[in-house]
Amino acid sequence: MIRSDAPVLLKIRGLKASVEDQPILHGVDLTIRAGEIHAVMGRNGSGKSTLSKVLAGHPAYTVTDGAVLYRGEDLLGLEPEQRARIGLFLGFQYPVEIPGVSNLEFLRVATNARRAELGHDELDTFAFEDLVRERLAVVQMDPAFLERSVNEGFSGGEKKRNEILQMALLEPLVAILDETDSGLDIDALRIVAGGVNQLASPDNATLLITHYQRLLDLITPDHVHVMAAGRILRSGGPELALELERTGYEWVDQELAVAGVF
Amino acid sequence: MVASPLARSAQTSPTAAAWQSLVGAPLPSRRQEEWRFSDPAGFSQLEPRLWSGPEPWVDLVLPAGVKRLDAGAAQPQIAAVLEQTHCHEHWPVRLNAAAQVALLPLRVSAEASELVLDLDAADCGEVLAVQVLLLLEPGAQLDLTLRLRATGRSLSSVVIAASLQAGSRLNLAAVAAGHLDASVLAHLAVVQDPTSSLQLTTAAAGWGFSRLEPRIVQRGGGAATRLRALQWVHDDQLADTHSLVRFEGPDGSLDQVHKSVADGNGRSVFNGAVQVPRAAQRTDAAQLSRSLLLSDRARIDTKPELEIVADDVKCAHGATVSQLQSEELFYLRSRGIAEDQAARLLLAGYCDEVLAELPAAAAGWRPLLEQLHREASS
Repeated sequence: MIRSDAPVLLKIRGLKASVEDQPILHGVDLTIRAGEIHAVMGRNGSGKSTLSKVLAGHPAYTVTDGAVLYRGEDLLGLEPEQRARIGLFLGFQYPVEIPGVSNLEFLRVATNARRAELGHDELDTFAFEDLVRERLAVVQMDPAFLERSVNEGFSGGEKKRNEILQMALLEPLVAILDETDSGLDIDALRIVAGGVNQLASPDNATLLITHYQRLLDLITPDHVHVMAAGRILRSGGPELALELERTGYEWVDQELAVAGVF
Repeated sequence: MVASPLARSAQTSPTAAAWQSLVGAPLPSRRQEEWRFSDPAGFSQLEPRLWSGPEPWVDLVLPAGVKRLDAGAAQPQIAAVLEQTHCHEHWPVRLNAAAQVALLPLRVSAEASELVLDLDAADCGEVLAVQVLLLLEPGAQLDLTLRLRATGRSLSSVVIAASLQAGSRLNLAAVAAGHLDASVLAHLAVVQDPTSSLQLTTAAAGWGFSRLEPRIVQRGGGAATRLRALQWVHDDQLADTHSLVRFEGPDGSLDQVHKSVADGNGRSVFNGAVQVPRAAQRTDAAQLSRSLLLSDRARIDTKPELEIVADDVKCAHGATVSQLQSEELFYLRSRGIAEDQAARLLLAGYCDEVLAELPAAAAGWRPLLEQLHREASS
């Protein structure tokens, strides 16, 4: 849903970043307004996952230039936990297994951290159980997964559902979903995509990072961006994703060659 | 190997001489292979004065199916278990005999309900030495929890000798919450007959010096042994576990997980011997040592010691030493959880694999939980 007067939630300007002194992002520009769904597509190694990790504040990545404003305020100076509390969410491509830490307790501590930021009361164990059981419906998840350790022994699909469950509990304003479709069979993909669609509203925004069109068959983006060699090469509407599906990424190489990158 | 000056001086000091005279053998030294990481200076500077407090467990109420044996009848049984588990000559076992103030010999003849033994050396400045004998008759079952505490200068010495007859089951838990000036020496010696089953779960934190020696012998094989252990050190603490599991017949099983956390200047030692002689065909043994290093000054020494002669066996072992996983930390932080709270959650999760196996009386014991909480928050 595009409204040109909708408030800007995330503004990325000339973002450059490196990992272990290896530059990965070479100047990314992107503006995301409330109510919008964006898709960033690109091949492996194009920098899309790096972009998501830099936005979430992963300590292994160093920002070397540029700026990111979240609702007009500097984002890059904040710790990862502060970014999450003010409403930025990263859905992991590979959600981390944490043996011995109960999923339910983890979800409760995380939800309360966000609620405290919003000035809401902390939820005790009982109140939280009511909330989490209601939100389980968003991803049709079996309550038994609450009793297990965080992501431990979950299948690929169960891990991704757990990510969307976290999103449903934290109610972020900007959700970045990194390859949420990877490793999912078609049924799991439908459920996860359905969850993302349910959570999208005129007040929040979603940034989908994906390799394939198939996720975009289920979640229709307002804007599609093609990333290559650490920058956004081209932006357009949903038709750009369809074109990519038809023509593949070869034209990207040609454009990069013309631009003198390779 | 060259002994440290500290160990040498401990050998020759008047206090060391007093220990030698009490025990009838010189203090262990780091020149001995099995003590090379455990400097006895950790406890041997205490004057070897015997416990002057009230005798522990005098008013103990025993559950149905458990009877107290006559001390005279118990002695040969204890000697037999210690000899069969090859530890009767160990220095801590000799110290225990020399300094003993309480002997609790029990015969278990049925499925008994849980028995809890509390022992508190407080800050007595003395040696508190106790011995427990457990004779489990065929088919008998017992859950025994030992809760060991010290709040200052003291040495606790514990020897538990257990004999498990066919079809019996012992669930033995030992939890120990100590103090930087307190030491504990414990031998848990168990002889298992075929078809018996042993679960031994131990958790210790806060001790200046701790040495734990589980000694398990399956004398005809064919028994089940499950060991779970957690030890946590920080400051200048040292925790040393030397375990031995020996199979003397076929078809025995072992499932062992030893976990340690080392912070500050702490030092954690694990030496896990598993002996599978020719008679022990079809033994199924797994040993895993997992250690977490929280400071660059802390030290972990871990050593599996498998002696396998039988050829038709499954013996797996593994040892890992790691730090808190940065990806796990980032995952929690990316959900709004502050770094220190995320670290506490991860540490609690790490310990949970062992703590979850403790019976209620041990798992809910506040001194250990508070100690672990303090360690995780420091």
